[in-house]
Amino acid sequence: MKVIKIDKAQWTKGLDALREGYRLYGPVKEKEIACFRELADGQTPDSEIKNTRLSPKSLVFPQSEAMMAYSLDKNDDEQGICKEVPKDYSPRAVLGIRPCDAKAMVLVRMNFDNGDYRDPYWLNLYEATTFVGMACDNPCSTCFCTTAGCGPYHEEGLDLLLSDQGDHYLAKVLSDKGQALAQKAGWTTEADGQPMESGKATAEGKITAAVETDRLRALDTLALHGADFWEDISFSCINCGTCTFVCPTCWCFDIQDEVYGKKGVRMRNWDSCMFPIFTVHTTGHNPRDTKLQRLRQRFMHKLKYFVDKYDKGIMCVGCGRCVQQCPVNIDIRKVSHAMNSLDAENFCAVQGK
Amino acid sequence: MTAYTEKIREIAQRLLKECKVEMVIGFRAGTMPMMNEPCFIRKPDQADQLVWDSNCGINLANYLTNRKEGKIGIVAKGCDSRNIVNHILENKIQRDQVVVIGVPCLGMIDKRKITRETEGEILAVTETDGKVSVQTAGGETTFDKADVLQSNCRVCTHRNPVIHDEMAGDPVAEQTDVDPYADVKAIEAMSTEDKWNFFDELLSPCIRCYACRNACPLCYCPTCFVDESKPQWVGKSQDPLDIRTFHFLRAYHCAGRCTDCGACERACPVGINMRVLTKKLNKDCLEQYGWEAGLSLDSRPALDIYNPNDPDEFIK
Amino acid sequence: MENPYLPYPVRIDDIIVESEDRSLKTFKFVFLNPEDEKKFAYSAGQFAELSIAGKGEIPIGIASSPVEKGFIKFTVNKAGLVTSHLHNMTVGDIMGVRGPLGNSYPWKQLEGKNVLIVGGGFAFTTLRSSIIYMLDPANRSKFGDITVVYGARSPGMLLYKDELVEWEKRDDINMHITVDGTDDPDWKYNVGFVPPITEQKAPQGDADSYAIVCGPPIMIKFTQPVLEKLGYDHDHIILSLENRMKCGIGMCGRCGIGRELVCKDGPVFTLNQINQTPREY
Repeated sequence: MKVIKIDKAQWTKGLDALREGYRLYGPVKEKEIACFRELADGQTPDSEIKNTRLSPKSLVFPQSEAMMAYSLDKNDDEQGICKEVPKDYSPRAVLGIRPCDAKAMVLVRMNFDNGDYRDPYWLNLYEATTFVGMACDNPCSTCFCTTAGCGPYHEEGLDLLLSDQGDHYLAKVLSDKGQALAQKAGWTTEADGQPMESGKATAEGKITAAVETDRLRALDTLALHGADFWEDISFSCINCGTCTFVCPTCWCFDIQDEVYGKKGVRMRNWDSCMFPIFTVHTTGHNPRDTKLQRLRQRFMHKLKYFVDKYDKGIMCVGCGRCVQQCPVNIDIRKVSHAMNSLDAENFCAVQGK
Repeated sequence: MTAYTEKIREIAQRLLKECKVEMVIGFRAGTMPMMNEPCFIRKPDQADQLVWDSNCGINLANYLTNRKEGKIGIVAKGCDSRNIVNHILENKIQRDQVVVIGVPCLGMIDKRKITRETEGEILAVTETDGKVSVQTAGGETTFDKADVLQSNCRVCTHRNPVIHDEMAGDPVAEQTDVDPYADVKAIEAMSTEDKWNFFDELLSPCIRCYACRNACPLCYCPTCFVDESKPQWVGKSQDPLDIRTFHFLRAYHCAGRCTDCGACERACPVGINMRVLTKKLNKDCLEQYGWEAGLSLDSRPALDIYNPNDPDEFIK
Repeated sequence: MENPYLPYPVRIDDIIVESEDRSLKTFKFVFLNPEDEKKFAYSAGQFAELSIAGKGEIPIGIASSPVEKGFIKFTVNKAGLVTSHLHNMTVGDIMGVRGPLGNSYPWKQLEGKNVLIVGGGFAFTTLRSSIIYMLDPANRSKFGDITVVYGARSPGMLLYKDELVEWEKRDDINMHITVDGTDDPDWKYNVGFVPPITEQKAPQGDADSYAIVCGPPIMIKFTQPVLEKLGYDHDHIILSLENRMKCGIGMCGRCGIGRELVCKDGPVFTLNQINQTPREY
């Protein structure tokens, strides 16, 4: 696979050339908070940022998005009929996305392109985006990507993978889209990719945190579901939804109609399995009425149901955001340890609550 | 505050051994710097899990409502204990259901402030004798604890628990030379346009995660007004109108009940200082009705009763 | 890219009040665009999202049968925001339908078999679709004996009363209509809860027999032991589950039970499958 050398002196010029064909996005600091935003003219992605507060999933999956619009005016011929709203799917590029977040997009894609249906909103944005990744040579102490099916130099989901070599970047071209972007930016000098290989080994060695997942596939679902450690783990949870909102692999959403006078939109907003009304029926019956059930659902989904359903590993990429930001310090590493080390032999098959 | 940890463990162990309580709610050590995790223990030999330090900012009274247990022990600092009084006055729990392990509090440290003022990723934080040492890959910085206190702790005038059945330490001196409402007064003095911009900026990062509401012990409604659908009061999107409605209305629901414990701000993942809203309403309650929440089991909350002397200039 | 969230516009062609307390109405919809009807080819057991612009969507089982052409029918219980609005709509109003969604009853598997249908209350809708499908002259010979046990709280709460009476008269289907109680002296059929009536009237289960059960959770709870006693294996008992849904196409994550999504992997499951998933529905 081709590797390109990009002199840092050429970086800004390349970005300016890209602006003619792409909308550019990257990690920047907004009032001291690191986040992914559209880059203004002349703005470059901030290379000091390691982990953004919210993941870049909002670039293909906005928190609030209008899906359709309709008129409720009785005099309108088309009243009550939902119509698609105009969207901008012009080419865009994300510069400086980390490998964990890019792999997360690949996992989320399995949901929005599920073999029977395709979600046009997510897929159109995803396919219009070229992902230029930045390898992590200095991972955070909370990163556990290497045990979550990913890694600081992981290539899944990326079109180009950049590695910072001091006065230049080395860029591995991973797809035609990546090639097209590099061409447009004028980054064409080929180079030897060896430093990236050794960089990868060094970076992986710096990861200290881990999740345990080797026994999850084989463990009995009902045994995990009925285990006795959920009460202890879920006690402190305040069902705030922070974990789901910052997580790059969480994709649950809500569909709401909002009406302004005689016009309305049908929109979708991020939703969270942590919220009490997520599963409530019209009758008032709520299958996940208690905090314990909701917390258990989140971890079972991430570490068990997803594993069973797709056989592609856990629904987590080890970015560490939930660990950093949970207000009561519920730690997925602790939970995965509890689940992974469950002694299912001594489990009674009668279902608990 | 390690002396507190020993005492809390001893008290918890004793209460469980003597079957005075079915569970004790406290904190155990977290996995991240400056974080502790609320937990519960049911057996005396689990008492070793409990810790207490300046990272216990989450309000444990939040976990007291709707519990099945008949007798619960709970570790409570000054503001937490006022919320327990509140819960009792609002009939969420009976007085004889709780055994309060009171903790005279010298203030919690502000995790966000320390992160802002430190270069690089924080790996460990330790506190000794009024100094907070912060360790990064690049070295160590030391702060004076007084400089990195949570903003509500800096102006706290109720550090000692107002009710307790046990005490984890001797009472501490209350602060008398602080103005709890200085920040609110600064906003009140702004022009209308400045105030509008201030609140606009304050609430713009909100992602509607409801961490503030969920961390608050006062917010225990079975269905919060933002979750109602028949009728729907508030939209669920990022429309600034809806975001403001949520925050302002929630503040009103906490009027005269908020004890300024700071759990809301601590829980917020995007660092919104929404306490200024509830504090403004607390200030109004104090000035108009002479009322501060949760100080005594013997008086009804201000918005529960009326007095012939209540201010009535608004009646024209 | 086709948009699975976009509803097909339909017009309300007819509204029938099914129950005496007016809480159940059957709506007949006609597609505004005839090509949409072709795209809406469905099997008995599937559901659709009824979409009212400005209010929301509701997942409702399809009550009409694939052999009935030119329209689709749904029986809707007035329960919440969208259903209340729907109940106040009139013939000629425009709304939307998305579907067909979900899996259907396992028709291929049921061919050549005896089918027992047990239904309660207003969950009978997809069972109507199934019965009309099976009784259609083109299909009847594909199935063995057909037995139906259907009960409601009172005679006034039974759905599709005229059709029930017609089916009862036929000799290629064994109808057992029952009510929990009645003070109507002219009531010709059974009186009793669905589980005991099933125990009395339903045929024995064996390798060639399947039971389709659709009803409120309490009815299912007490019917299951009866079916087991009659000899129906857990993978010969077919249930249709309900759960809170929004997208209906397996993407919003709301209706998941374990690794299954009720809107996509279901709503039809065998009892065997359900026994292996956490009881969160």
